[in-house]
Amino acid sequence: MSDANNATTAPNSALAAERAEDEYTGPMLAADGTPLKRSLNRALRRQKISALLLIAPLLIFVLVTFIAPIADMLFRSVENQIVQDTLPRTTTELKNWDSEGGELPDQTVYKSLYQDIYVAQERKLHTRLGSRLNYELTGASSLFRKSGRGVDDIGEVYQDQFEDLNAFWKKGENWNDVLGSDAWLAAMNDWKKASGDAQPPFEMRDGIADILPQTADYYSIFADFVQNEDEDNLYKEDPWPLIYSAFYDDLTGPTAEQVATYAGPGATELAEAAAAAPSFATVDYMDAFADIDKDWVELPIWQTIATYSPKFTNGYFLNAVDMQKTPDGPALRPEDERIYWTLFKRTLFMSVCITLSCILLGYPIGWILANLPARTANLLMILVLLPFWTSLLVRTSAWKVMLQQQGVINDTLVWLGVVADDSRLALINNQTGTIIAMTHILLPFMILPLYSVMKTVPPSYLRAAKSLGATNWTAFWRVYFPQSVPGIGAGSILVFILSIGYYITPEIVGGRTGTFISNRIAYHISSSLNWGLAAALGAILLAVVLGLYYAYDKIVGIDNVKLGG
Amino acid sequence: MVALTPISRKPVSFYVPVVAAAGAIAGLFVGTANGSGFMGVIVGAIIAGALAFLLTQIVKNEKLGRWATTVIVAIVGYFAAGIPGLIIGAAFGWFFSWFSFWLYEGRYRARVAPYLTPGQVLWHFAFRVICGAIFIFLITPILVVMPLSFNAENFFTFTPEMLSFDPAGYSLKHYRDFFNSSDWQGAVLNSIKIAPAATFLSVSFGTLAAIGLSQQHVPFRRAIMAILISPMIVPLIISAAGMYFFYSRVGLQGTYLGVVLAHAALGIPFVIITVTATLVGFDRSLTRAAANMGANPVTTFFRVQMPLILPGVISGGLFAFITSFDEVVVVLFVGSAGQKTLPWQMFTGLREQISPTILAVATILVAISICLLTVVELLRRRSERLRGMSPA
Repeated sequence: MSDANNATTAPNSALAAERAEDEYTGPMLAADGTPLKRSLNRALRRQKISALLLIAPLLIFVLVTFIAPIADMLFRSVENQIVQDTLPRTTTELKNWDSEGGELPDQTVYKSLYQDIYVAQERKLHTRLGSRLNYELTGASSLFRKSGRGVDDIGEVYQDQFEDLNAFWKKGENWNDVLGSDAWLAAMNDWKKASGDAQPPFEMRDGIADILPQTADYYSIFADFVQNEDEDNLYKEDPWPLIYSAFYDDLTGPTAEQVATYAGPGATELAEAAAAAPSFATVDYMDAFADIDKDWVELPIWQTIATYSPKFTNGYFLNAVDMQKTPDGPALRPEDERIYWTLFKRTLFMSVCITLSCILLGYPIGWILANLPARTANLLMILVLLPFWTSLLVRTSAWKVMLQQQGVINDTLVWLGVVADDSRLALINNQTGTIIAMTHILLPFMILPLYSVMKTVPPSYLRAAKSLGATNWTAFWRVYFPQSVPGIGAGSILVFILSIGYYITPEIVGGRTGTFISNRIAYHISSSLNWGLAAALGAILLAVVLGLYYAYDKIVGIDNVKLGG
Repeated sequence: MVALTPISRKPVSFYVPVVAAAGAIAGLFVGTANGSGFMGVIVGAIIAGALAFLLTQIVKNEKLGRWATTVIVAIVGYFAAGIPGLIIGAAFGWFFSWFSFWLYEGRYRARVAPYLTPGQVLWHFAFRVICGAIFIFLITPILVVMPLSFNAENFFTFTPEMLSFDPAGYSLKHYRDFFNSSDWQGAVLNSIKIAPAATFLSVSFGTLAAIGLSQQHVPFRRAIMAILISPMIVPLIISAAGMYFFYSRVGLQGTYLGVVLAHAALGIPFVIITVTATLVGFDRSLTRAAANMGANPVTTFFRVQMPLILPGVISGGLFAFITSFDEVVVVLFVGSAGQKTLPWQMFTGLREQISPTILAVATILVAISICLLTVVELLRRRSERLRGMSPA
């Protein structure tokens, strides 16, 4: 007891020892008089904190540079804000529409569609939405591109009528005088573009939003766009046709009476327009869109927009497993469109093939390395480690060179007379090529764990089995093999994890039929730009790999991963 | 297991047919190459069998017999097919004369346990032949690339000139192309700029964290380890996709910094694994002793701990370097044309118009990896030696 106490209270042990021996009978105390338990706890906490402080920089680094990107990818696989962001009014209106009723949406929806597409095409966002919806409904991309060009004509019906009524409405300056606040107009007057100062941001005239609510609404969008995106002088800019249709709606709508209360600049012109507007020719938005493209008066596009209007969607995931959203819920795609399931199956099948051939080739090598004298084994180990350390691209290019129709292997086979010159084997750009090359590339990952497990199996066991009368095969199968199973397990999971996500080698030697799911992901990122689908495919692949990783951790323990023997 | 079994000479009826069978197999290949497999088998068997009999029963002097056979068959080969024939002939002659005496003297039994049945002995050697074939499979791609890179033609196979060892069939032209091409040189430069920066980041962060992780009490050790190791486990294409999305959001996509950060993240698991492995054998009483003698933690780290774990740190750094230097998937997505690295250039070359310059580059890279492999192996041995010296 007092020994232990002495050890922890080295500086003034005499005092402490005395205290412990003589009077003190409570909890053990440290040198400074605090209870030993608390003092130890404090020391432990300090140790923990210092360990964490050492780890923290790296942890933060990995979280930011690696985990955050993965999280971002997972987010993208369900994120679907583009429909709602680009068509905010339409999607709100569509909520009341029954997509299964077999009826087209009503005029208000078409009107909001017009407004949304108009704003979107000014911002050049409609083509992006078009290509997004094109993943779900073929033809959507060209439909939106066409509509972007067509919407100008719809608004011009009202624009022409207002401008014919009074040339006042033609000029951007006049619109600004009516809608802008006096302070802003004054500031705008003082502002010179050449001065390089920022343009005074547009301010709405007080009360005008009550009189002309929709006009004010769209005008602020327009003002924001001109000032911030186009960086033009708003004061001189003539308004979009969209403003005119909103203006017409205001003058004929429920707030029409309010117009009389207005007394600012252009009040007379406004009163005149208010009087004339009810007799204007109107636009049938549905017909107008039907003129642009008859697809707009058919159900599929509306159903697609309605299905994809929520902010988050499982649509990408459904796509990734060959399903699609339909009004009746998720359903399998038609037989001939199911490419991803085929691809997943192929990826799994080829990974299994590669793993099996690695076991087949790696097992004898592991055995012979573990059973040869150390010096020879070390020399042979170099033959395993050299490919392991050689650049992946070097090995892939070697296989590309060797497997070609006019390559080394075919030439040798032809020379030996095994195959005829005119029937050279197709070893590349198919599954065979991928399996051969990847088996070679991943073989060291099988051999190394196998070797380290086999080295721990005492050779005397086999000899004991044989001396008890087992045949060679029984001794191997009943005694040696069960002890080498952990090595097979570790190697297989490692090879399988690596092969299932391989990209480079299948891309180069796989051709069309020997590619993996990862090649499809890369294609969606860089060529088809369907990032959501790429993210969903990636998320599925990641889930599979993490499941295997968990198994690996349970079986082998991640701390036991060894590199380079 | 040396010379466990007493060896004795074998009867003619055993080894002559075996050598003849081996000759038949060799004859089959030579025969099919020259038009008639069947003739090849017959002739091969007869020649090999006769040779075995001649050497063991008539010549009897092993040294003389083997040298003579090697030289004679080589000369025959030379007249039949020039220099390649010479080499193949010498190899065949050496092999068959050795094989004859090996069987005749019963030497094949010397190194195997005495109780093995003939079938087991056969399996023992068959197994070795199989392993040899697998080793050849492992090493051939690398061996084929090296000579092909000296090809004088733009072919990817051995030209007749190369096979006849005609100097005209060889040239350094692909190496010249490599050193004169601005594309390749730019790629090398980019690789040299990116890899060391990424290595530096992963080694400095990684070593600190590994020291932290190997303390006795680390809360959430497993979870932290799992996060730090994850860049090695997550398939590269997924890392690349995630980084592409995220880095383009924050404006790092297509920048030097972005590629360096991405590569540093990928290299970290290797540093963590190697350095923690070295720290397992680290004797903690050494740091306590240093502290006892008045060294502050920083001095202790640099003067006591660092020199001992340095082999682990360096080999971890080499792994991180190789990871970055070899990496192509992530840089393909995160980088832009300005960060085109050597592997990227190779990848484009392989995918689009494959030119033999790639083989020259590959050979250079193989040479570099051999150097790195040697360094890592030496470091590993040194580290084991140091660990063996310090009391555990």
